[in-house]
Amino acid sequence: MTAAAVPAKKVSVKKRKILNNLTAYSFIAPNFIGFAIFTLVPIVMAVGLSFMDWNGSGVQRPKFIGLANYARLFRDKQFIEAFFNTIIYTAATVPCTMILALLLAVVLNQKIFARNFFRTAAFFPYVASLVAVAAVWNALFSPTLGPVNQVLMALGVKNPPGWAVDAHWAMVTLILFSIWKNVGYYMVMYLAGLQSINPELYEAASLDGANTVQRFFKITIPQLRNTTFLVMIMVMIQCFKVYDIVLMITNGGPGTKTQVLVFYIYNVAFNNWELGYASAISMALFVLVLVVTLIMFRREKARSN
Amino acid sequence: MTAARRQPSKIIAKVLLYFVLVLIALVCLVPFVWMISASLKLNKDVFAFPIQWIPENPRFLNYKEIWEQIPLGRFIFNTTKITVIVTFLQLLTSSFAAYAFAKLRFKGRNALFLCYICTIAVPWQSYMVPQFIMMRNTFHLNDTHLAIICLQAFSAFGVFLMRQFYMDVPDELCEAARIDGMNEYQIWAEIMLPLSKPALATLTIFTFVSTWNDFLGPLIYLTTTEKKTIQIGLRMFISQYSSEYGLIFAASVVVLIPVLVVFLLLQKYFVQGIATSGLKG
Repeated sequence: MTAAAVPAKKVSVKKRKILNNLTAYSFIAPNFIGFAIFTLVPIVMAVGLSFMDWNGSGVQRPKFIGLANYARLFRDKQFIEAFFNTIIYTAATVPCTMILALLLAVVLNQKIFARNFFRTAAFFPYVASLVAVAAVWNALFSPTLGPVNQVLMALGVKNPPGWAVDAHWAMVTLILFSIWKNVGYYMVMYLAGLQSINPELYEAASLDGANTVQRFFKITIPQLRNTTFLVMIMVMIQCFKVYDIVLMITNGGPGTKTQVLVFYIYNVAFNNWELGYASAISMALFVLVLVVTLIMFRREKARSN
Repeated sequence: MTAARRQPSKIIAKVLLYFVLVLIALVCLVPFVWMISASLKLNKDVFAFPIQWIPENPRFLNYKEIWEQIPLGRFIFNTTKITVIVTFLQLLTSSFAAYAFAKLRFKGRNALFLCYICTIAVPWQSYMVPQFIMMRNTFHLNDTHLAIICLQAFSAFGVFLMRQFYMDVPDELCEAARIDGMNEYQIWAEIMLPLSKPALATLTIFTFVSTWNDFLGPLIYLTTTEKKTIQIGLRMFISQYSSEYGLIFAASVVVLIPVLVVFLLLQKYFVQGIATSGLKG
């Protein structure tokens, strides 16, 4: 069979290129059209809305008010509180999740009996429905009725924590729940990273006399740099966006002690119908995520040079 | 290979390892075990202390009652309908688009793909408000399932995942097919699609789990009780019957089962999916 094709009709190069482009666009179109309408357009609108005052109804026209919404952010005590709550929540959850995920991955990477069962167990909280899991958690940690406090009191603890309803413990409860629910996902990422480390590195180190701890810090941790970076970014972004967990465990309370940014956005938008201001807060959230992500990327780039 | 040395330190290390493992499994699974146990008790017994793990008279009646108290069947139907449609659309449009991004050369390819990537970092919560306004005022789709479907079916993540996978398929396969006279659509359907079963399985699980468990989307859009999904339905149930613990946990167990089944069946691909998306990041 000869490779030389003898085309019956000669298609010019330019026509071929246009045809190729059209074919490609036809592949992309179904997804991109939906993506453009339901994601790109709202993103652009969000920026625009933040400069307006509008209650969302078809009756009232949006009113352009320039930077007034943004100025209001700086004076708004609730916004500042939500902002700092979000930062605190993130600052605590990220390192704990990362360290636990790594330790779990290391432990579950060993040759052990029923290894798959243990991996599945660690991962299951992540796929389980949040509503169901939060209901159980709230029952378990109920300050008066829950088994956790019952056990603590049986062990002699006089005043067990008030958990989700206590001003001092509410944030802690959120963080604990968050770590428990999500650590399995990041454990899997670390597992993949661990499995891609060249075993010869460990053998060489053993021959040189390194013990387990030394091998961990001198080989495992450096080899996992890329995975660690990715895990950190993902946990961080997930923490900045948190809403469901807060709603189910503490409902932003007690009072507004655990109100986070998205929680505040939701209230301002769908309870107060101040859409312009809600968009401004949304922009603040976006800028927060963007700035922190960029800083992390820059630091990582500097470190690898 | 060295002979196994029965050093005391090695045995202690092994014992410690298994101790930690059991601890991990307990911490992760005890809440679920407690939940099942509580779902079979009378309300007054749920918080009895010391905990009675296996109730004396398991109250299977709880599982019957929940279907009567709230339209749980309706909620499950709604959620299943939305999840299946979204998953199907995602698989189809993502793999379709990903083929072009991975294997075809065309004008604007990089710019368009950059659009996708940029939006992954933008939190949905930053534009959920104008998105809702658009849905309600322009499309009049508030309080419809179609709205939820539209929101979820066209994600950047799906395109991203499939593209990663397609890029690993050797170009020579496509070239050979072109020489044989196949057009691009045939190449996609008869070569790329069958090869990408693992990636499709991964995307299925991700989409299934995230749509099934989606809370904020349905919360914002679905106001009629009849249309609600299982997560909001369950939440509504919990707020309404806040002290009917037996019923609450029976409903919670029911809600957990579909995801558990899907997860157990496709577990291998789930783990692979997370692993590969991390490595190639």
